[in-house]
Amino acid sequence: MAEKKQVGCARPTGGPVGQPEKIPEDGTPQILKEVQRMVQVGKPAPDFVAPAYHKGEFTSVKLSDYLGKWVVLCLYPGDFTFV
Amino acid sequence: MSVDSVFVHKMWNENELSKMVKGGVPYAMLSDGGGKVGTSLGVYNEDAGVENRGRFIIDPDGIIQGYEVLTPPVGRNVSETLRQIEAFQLVRKSKGTEATPSGWKPGKMTLKPGPDLVGKVWEVWKTDIAVDD
Repeated sequence: MAEKKQVGCARPTGGPVGQPEKIPEDGTPQILKEVQRMVQVGKPAPDFVAPAYHKGEFTSVKLSDYLGKWVVLCLYPGDFTFV
Repeated sequence: MSVDSVFVHKMWNENELSKMVKGGVPYAMLSDGGGKVGTSLGVYNEDAGVENRGRFIIDPDGIIQGYEVLTPPVGRNVSETLRQIEAFQLVRKSKGTEATPSGWKPGKMTLKPGPDLVGKVWEVWKTDIAVDD
């Protein structure tokens, strides 16, 4: 499910997985600003790939690899914060 | 998942979390540098540059069945999350023929929505079921 990653000096990154960006036919540059919008219940969770630390290893986790299982995804403000 | 790097996750797990939970955190600690995933879910706090305290229950089809979002100073209730998962699993197993009313816990009565139940919920569900003993 999660693949082991080689550790280099670069900080691993990930992000949403989905539709490629559409370029308008007339080629005008777009000002891209992600709109903050809450997801809806009853709708698919947006897929993503994220670097992960799991049981002593650096891995990568893709949400869609967990289809067929129940998933609890928790986000929190930061490591070493108090709550 | 937080905006911290996997290296910070490792340090936090080794230096603090493993002192709370024997063997450390058993599940994957994900990194969302820049908050791109948090933004796609709607819980990234752009002003502070951190994720809000969001919790999502995602079913085996990848559908979000529930979420909860809190500001940083207030922690979650794990029992409530587990209760919700058990409720969603029951509904899924029944293929939608059963529903869990307010206050439902494993073992408590469920509702079977249908023509016969319209206007009759008051006969089978009482308000004291809604709150814990």
